[in-house]
Amino acid sequence: MFKLSDEGLKYVKNELTRYEVKQSAIIRCLYRAQDENGGWVSPDVISHLSAVMEIPSAQIEEVATFYTMFNKTPVGKNHIQVCVTLTCGMLGGRELCDSMMKEAGCKKTGDVSPDGLFTFSKVECLGSCDTAPMIQINRDPYTENLNTEKGLELVRKLRTAGGAGASGKGH
Amino acid sequence: MAEIKYLSEHYAKPEYQTLDGYKKFGGYEMLAKALKMEPQKIIDEVKASGLRGRGGAGFATGVKWGFLPNNGEPRYLLCNADESEPGTFKDRVMMERAPHQLIEGMLISAFAIKSNKAYIYIRGEYMGPAAILEKAIAEAKAAGLIGKNILGAGFDCELDLYLGAGAYICGEETGMISSLEGLKGQPKLKPPFPAVQGYLRKPTIVNNVETLAAVVPIIRDGAAGYRKYGTEKSAGTKLFSISGNVNKPGTYEVPLGYPLMDLINIECGGLKPGRKLKAVVPGGSSAPVLTAEECKTATLDYECLAQLGSMLGSGAIIVIDDSNCMVDVLSTISHFYHHESCGQCTPCREGTGWMERIIHGIVHGHGSEGEVDLLLKIADNMKGRTICALSDAAALPVLSFVTKFRDEFEYFIREKKSKVRGGQIYAQISH
Repeated sequence: MFKLSDEGLKYVKNELTRYEVKQSAIIRCLYRAQDENGGWVSPDVISHLSAVMEIPSAQIEEVATFYTMFNKTPVGKNHIQVCVTLTCGMLGGRELCDSMMKEAGCKKTGDVSPDGLFTFSKVECLGSCDTAPMIQINRDPYTENLNTEKGLELVRKLRTAGGAGASGKGH
Repeated sequence: MAEIKYLSEHYAKPEYQTLDGYKKFGGYEMLAKALKMEPQKIIDEVKASGLRGRGGAGFATGVKWGFLPNNGEPRYLLCNADESEPGTFKDRVMMERAPHQLIEGMLISAFAIKSNKAYIYIRGEYMGPAAILEKAIAEAKAAGLIGKNILGAGFDCELDLYLGAGAYICGEETGMISSLEGLKGQPKLKPPFPAVQGYLRKPTIVNNVETLAAVVPIIRDGAAGYRKYGTEKSAGTKLFSISGNVNKPGTYEVPLGYPLMDLINIECGGLKPGRKLKAVVPGGSSAPVLTAEECKTATLDYECLAQLGSMLGSGAIIVIDDSNCMVDVLSTISHFYHHESCGQCTPCREGTGWMERIIHGIVHGHGSEGEVDLLLKIADNMKGRTICALSDAAALPVLSFVTKFRDEFEYFIREKKSKVRGGQIYAQISH
């Protein structure tokens, strides 16, 4: 069963008093719990948060399922989110995603690669269209101005780095 | 006329990110000046400046502020930093380069509208700018610029950063308020407008990042000084996000009324050699597309683009050259709106799905005769029938792409392949 670390609990307690109403803390607490749970929001994350925050689990689940940045299924150490909207779509974002996925050993978006290091998602506009095509790894600052060659190199580099994740910070 | 660095004067200086660096170039002097003014005088000045909302709707900022009821209830100021309209990235640049400019603009605005609590709602993906803003907020707090009795003027204002988690709809002001309340980011029926009943049903003003930052030079130069740039109905300068098939994509600040083709050819270095302009989306993905012919006379202001049947929107310009298949480009836009519909209203929830499935079918070579007209009919039925504008925003690109580039859609349906690139577009080569 998922349980927040002591530090995580402290974080949640602090968030609960940060805003006018305590349910405003749900998003940040979900991020925290997702990070501590290896990158996804499992059903027991929701029940644990519900108990800790004293907010009905339905309300937390509602938020967790509405917003795309909460992963409802497990993801690899590097969750690679490739922008495919409009400009990135025009300038090769979709092709980039497909080549990187192939190199990483993922058959389709949402899959975790056999080595557990990668999951790919095609995401909507990330607001960096002048550096298209671009990606976001986990919640790190963006990786921009990519092409197929650079994308493949990045996958190889992340594989060599092993479990550390792009920034070494995890999700 | 050319690029004018009015708001963005110091953006190239890395030190401008820090409180000390910002102060070196006059930072927070306008806050000090504003705190000595009558709040109503500030609202009047903003009204007279002609500043219009830079997030997309273009509503007069001072007029919006004037809608606040005088009922003694606490008021909230909410900065819309959810920047999610495809093609738009100028707010990110502003927050990264000049976080204190936004904070100063917000504090002046909060003082003007008599609010003691302000939030910046930033999209969850913007972790880079969020970190920069959090640092800047902490610096400002430590320096007594946020909190109690700011600069000894007796004005209290708290300012906090709220993180979204991936939802385009939270850029809609009532959707943003729902999200800030800890709910799904679904828009609410208007009226009541947020100025009357917003966050926690209290009077709330929601303004875009660029709008709030522009309040700083308005205090410095006055309404008349601000009006030195732009046109009568489109006053001031604006930051444009330009991307797509140009040599130098990026963020450029020009006076409103600036010719679109000059921005493309001069500031952005034109198109790649051998390429011809096919179309431009002038104001973010929701803005109806312009043909190359229409671009010739287009100027970047609210009036001209409205006359051309499009809109200035968020100032996101996507340049499309002749190597692109318009059916393919529209397929990414329609996928976006279907993904981002919040699901409350049937015309939007179902309509965006129908449109995406039909266009998806066409690009995969499964289109059938009559689907071009079917798309137009669906789009027409989605306009003006929902709680918020997402449904219209999804319908407008379909209507304009299909109407202005109908031959490409009909060719694709007939020949089962694209009219451009010898049919080699993504959907056709990826399977």
